[in-house]
Amino acid sequence: MATIYIDDKPYEVSDGQNLLHACLSLGFDVPYFCWHPAMHSVGACRQCAVKVFRDEKDRRGRIVMSCMTLATHGTRLSVDDREAREFRASNIEWLMTNHPHDCPVCDEGGECHLQDMTVMTGHVYRRFRFRKRTYMNQDLGPFVNHEMNRCIQCYRCVRFYRDYAGGRDFNVFASHNAVYFGRHQDGTLESEFSGNLVEICPTGVFTDKTLKKHYTRKWDMQTAPSVCVHCGVGCNTIAGERYGTLRRIWNRYNGEVNSYFLCDRGRYGYEFVNSKDRLRHPLRRQKVSSAEMTTEQLDRKKIFQTISAFIHPGGANVIGIGSPRASCEANFALWKFVGPENFYSGLGEKDHRLIPMILRILAKGPARAPSIKDVEGCDAVFIIGEDISNTAPRLALALHRSVRQKPMAITQKLHIPYWDDAAVREAIQNEKGPLFVATPAETRLDALAASAFRAAPGELARLGFAVAKAVCEHAPAVTDLTEDMRVRAELIAQALRDSEHPLIISGTALRDEAIIQAAANVAWALCESGKKASLYYVMPECNSMCLGLFGGRTLGEAAEALERKSADTLIVVENDLYRREPPALVNRILGAAKHVIALDHLENATTARADVVLPAATFAEGSGTYISSEGRAQRYYRVFDPDGDIRESWRWMQDIMNARGNLHASSWQNLDDVTTAMGEDIPALKTLPDRFPRADFRVTGQKIPRQPHRYSGRTAMTAHVTVHEPKPSDDSDSALAFSMEGFAGEPPPALITRFWAPGWNSVQSVNKYQDEVGGSLRGGDPGIHLLNDEDVIKPSYFPGVPPPKRMPDRGEVLAVPLYYVFGSEELSVHAPGIAGLIPAPYITLNTLDAQICRFGEGQIAGMSLSGFDLRLPVRIDNSLPPGVVGIPAGLPGLAGIMLPAWGLLCLDDAEREKGT
Amino acid sequence: MERPLTQDIKSDGQPLTIDEYERTGGYQAIQKALRDMAPGEVQEEVKAANLRGRGGAGFSTGAKWSFVPMGADAPRPKYIISNSDEMEPGTFKDRLLMEGNPHQLIEGLVIGAYAVQADFAYIFLRWEYLQSARRLAAAIEEAYGKKYLGKNILDTRYNLEMRLHTSAGRYICGEETALLNALEGKRGIPRSKPPFPQLSGLWGRPAVVNNAETLCNIPHIIKKGAEWYRGLSRSADGGTKIYGASGRVNKPGAWELPMGTSIREILEEHAGGMQEGYSLRGIIPGGASTDFLLADNLDLKMDYDSCQMAGSRLGTGTMIILDDRTCPVGMLLNLMRFFARESCGWCTPCREGLPWLAEILHAIETGEGEEEDLEVLATQCRLLGPGHTFCALAPGAVEPLQSALKYFRDDFVRHIKEKKCPWR
Repeated sequence: MATIYIDDKPYEVSDGQNLLHACLSLGFDVPYFCWHPAMHSVGACRQCAVKVFRDEKDRRGRIVMSCMTLATHGTRLSVDDREAREFRASNIEWLMTNHPHDCPVCDEGGECHLQDMTVMTGHVYRRFRFRKRTYMNQDLGPFVNHEMNRCIQCYRCVRFYRDYAGGRDFNVFASHNAVYFGRHQDGTLESEFSGNLVEICPTGVFTDKTLKKHYTRKWDMQTAPSVCVHCGVGCNTIAGERYGTLRRIWNRYNGEVNSYFLCDRGRYGYEFVNSKDRLRHPLRRQKVSSAEMTTEQLDRKKIFQTISAFIHPGGANVIGIGSPRASCEANFALWKFVGPENFYSGLGEKDHRLIPMILRILAKGPARAPSIKDVEGCDAVFIIGEDISNTAPRLALALHRSVRQKPMAITQKLHIPYWDDAAVREAIQNEKGPLFVATPAETRLDALAASAFRAAPGELARLGFAVAKAVCEHAPAVTDLTEDMRVRAELIAQALRDSEHPLIISGTALRDEAIIQAAANVAWALCESGKKASLYYVMPECNSMCLGLFGGRTLGEAAEALERKSADTLIVVENDLYRREPPALVNRILGAAKHVIALDHLENATTARADVVLPAATFAEGSGTYISSEGRAQRYYRVFDPDGDIRESWRWMQDIMNARGNLHASSWQNLDDVTTAMGEDIPALKTLPDRFPRADFRVTGQKIPRQPHRYSGRTAMTAHVTVHEPKPSDDSDSALAFSMEGFAGEPPPALITRFWAPGWNSVQSVNKYQDEVGGSLRGGDPGIHLLNDEDVIKPSYFPGVPPPKRMPDRGEVLAVPLYYVFGSEELSVHAPGIAGLIPAPYITLNTLDAQICRFGEGQIAGMSLSGFDLRLPVRIDNSLPPGVVGIPAGLPGLAGIMLPAWGLLCLDDAEREKGT
Repeated sequence: MERPLTQDIKSDGQPLTIDEYERTGGYQAIQKALRDMAPGEVQEEVKAANLRGRGGAGFSTGAKWSFVPMGADAPRPKYIISNSDEMEPGTFKDRLLMEGNPHQLIEGLVIGAYAVQADFAYIFLRWEYLQSARRLAAAIEEAYGKKYLGKNILDTRYNLEMRLHTSAGRYICGEETALLNALEGKRGIPRSKPPFPQLSGLWGRPAVVNNAETLCNIPHIIKKGAEWYRGLSRSADGGTKIYGASGRVNKPGAWELPMGTSIREILEEHAGGMQEGYSLRGIIPGGASTDFLLADNLDLKMDYDSCQMAGSRLGTGTMIILDDRTCPVGMLLNLMRFFARESCGWCTPCREGLPWLAEILHAIETGEGEEEDLEVLATQCRLLGPGHTFCALAPGAVEPLQSALKYFRDDFVRHIKEKKCPWR
């Protein structure tokens, strides 16, 4: 700690920080633009000027930029000094010479850092009377709106896009006061992190284009803390609503998880909530003839009559299928109703085996799952079999930090503080710490990697086992290693051994047991040789981990149970089974069930075949808990009360249980009761109820409001329906209120509905909620780590090294899944912005295979997989190893294909005829 | 009078070939330095010579070199760069040296490189200096041919590669850290110091940047010694200086004279005095980014400390003369437009402040000025001062303006009152 004097008062600050960091952490209002707590200082904007004095006798002092000045013991500075204040106001006046002052029509208005800083400095009158410079704006695609005239040239955008996130298609052009930030030409931003520009930009140059289509000011939005549902990372978000429409997703700072950044799938996938395909009322479907179905909308009473007719008293004739994208509580309510023996996980066959295995590895083994923040601190990384840029983008962004850990050592030698960003970059240049990527096809992380290895899944696993063996003698040996593999394994093992915090990343993407075991062996081998190794498995969905805890049976077993007639009614909770198993099996399940009750948000292939469809709340309309890939249980809260009969799945289940005399759920009054019951039945979840703020939590007797104190139109919003202002709905599930009234101060971190502080209307106000800027939220970052409580057992290595790759039959190839950040996830593809970026289905193969099969780029290839007769245009990609072809995973139309799978590749008949 | 830097330059406008240069004693200093002196001894000799940087800042060259890490543990490769990006308005001294005697610069650069044990040397040349580019490129090739460059120079086991880099043409690239960024292929924006380039300069490795004129002095210091070099000067700073004069003088040009020669001597003896019908109103002594001096300062010695005492700076030592028939507002407008255009756009005050000043000067010059404008100009000059901006460009840019507001205030007021330029 160092003592510094601010306006003659002593303060304790942590060592090695700059003065801006210190002042903001102490709660001083020092304005800034170019500095960012995650991207640090460059000294460009000159806004954070303060005065420093040599000693207590020095009264003249000199102006310095606080962001570029080290806080050393005894530093004396003044924030309030007259000259410093004059300079800061003058700096705003300079920025304003070209700023268009179009706040009333600007989407940033009301949450604009430039507005806040302008008011803070006291600049009120603009003396500049000459013409302002104007720019041409660009179309940057569906997510980000561009209005360059508002730009104050703080350089944050380009520093984030290029330096922080590794993007290439965005830059700063020209010089002097014509500096321009954009692309070399109009076009969709290529980085999957482009949406962060909206929050990075201190003014309205980059704004949310999806919000623009249904625009609402920040102060008019009803918001609640939420958790992203579009992958397993579990980024914290703030979801905002007005007039029953979800308006936007904003980053919710969590120092352990997403910190300041989200990926574009997480930020822009939300529009599925507003989709016209949403289920809003209970539906009854009946077959009138073999080809014709009728669909009837029923009210709640009638639908329960129908359901009651399906279900025997007590529910003995029912089996239930859960879902990795439904909340823990939804899965639990189903589990409770049907009982553990009749609960089917709803996962595909392989995921059903792999996820519990991963859970055991993480809970019992010595290598633990790191938080995203921990990942950033790892200094050597080995990725096996997972294209994380597409399956867990926020994790991939963290690796951009990890590869800097090793090279950062030089900055200490040169006495460069870590926050002097330009000097740090100059010193470390393009040096990268060790990152090794082993995947079937090229990934965007290859650009950061020391080396990339391309092979079929079995070979990837063999490499992993070989690395484990090279790290620690006790790990199982791999026989028949090629020289290339041996050298590669040695190299990787060496780099991992030479690091302080090695990290192994794998996941379920290739649905390969050996890969997951190999990753565990590497991490365990490192632990055995004395390293504190971390192990991160990417989960396919936002709550996959939950199903690992619940267990249950497979979908194949569900088909058998129904065909055996041990049950005749099936309840499917938030799950489109056609994405889990081949159509043949799903048809068997749905065909064998006499009655199918499906609960979901959107119409899909499964709801289309259900007799009764119940509209289930999305993350925005209900509250619940998800468990992320790192084993962090996180609660999301209902943002608004939806139209129609939309309710949380657990509430539907509770009513069904009550209606059929199953009393397990009769005492549940709110979400806390469900969580408590769940903790009693599922030991791993027993701590949850105590560690989330309970529904009866109050601050000074008040709930936390979801609406800002400036929320407008409350009495007029429904005036076209009734002039009587309706009573706000009551939220029995949480300490949050659907109101602008309530506790106006800082709530506990898990219940932060928005970031705001007096004078800080923009997202920068998060500074005011942290212990230290850029650190943890005051009171601790929310989320409960479930996997770190258990005792470590000494691992016994997985012995199952797969044999060397089999020689395929002529024409036979292994089709592997290729994941797309935009397209592979089920719900986000219903958001129009994302839908426009989904690639058209294709099949990709190596030139060698193309020659053998006589394919040319663009020709149509045929392949039969999982009951699909695919006809897909060929793309040549030489990053794929010979004998391996890639097919986009999870795309609409391709979703039910179970990959990887072997198949025969043939030229489509029509193409063949063309050829002859 | 000895003029070591320019006395061998030919009058026919052709550069000295390598043979001609060698006949004048050229490349003997390399032999002496590389064969007979340790790198530290070269540094010491240059330090003892009191050679101060000729680019304008006037930092001791020997001291600058001494911050470069030496020895077996020093990071490699190390670099030395000749700052030949001469773009200061009114300045044309390096051009004279590079066009007339390119080998002198190359030799100075090799000795400098040896002194800091650099592995690579670059000449970072102003884009418009095409003649210099051709001549330097040819000279570098000649020097490689005679083993003054490359592997195992003169069999001393010292290796040095030299490359000529022509800039993309921005004034700011003459600032040493912006130069380094530009040389790395990045945007030409300055860096903050520390870290100093001697520790982390080019591609994160030690680099030292010296002005071209500075480097041209090195062979002579090594050949004839520090004492001789100090004796050339009429002031505490060592050596000769290339002074220049432009404006309404009879013989505009550049001359190598003892450091500390008075303005009067330069103007009257070498520049031939003011042209018929023009009288002197002001002098910008060191390129455009220095404060005005007045006729009272004619006996001022042109050296670093004397200029500083008089409220200005020696800068590049090349004067711009303001006469009584030229509008000072128009002159400042011309300069301010240059500086506003050449701002790199990195920091707010310079990027936004200089164009504003140019707009106001333009308004005043065209009769659109307002009374408050003078107040705005004056406060902006103060607010754009050293320490407020990221680099020295803006503080330099406002130096002529702030002094003009003091010395030629009546001219500004007349523009505003008469709503026109009185010189038109």
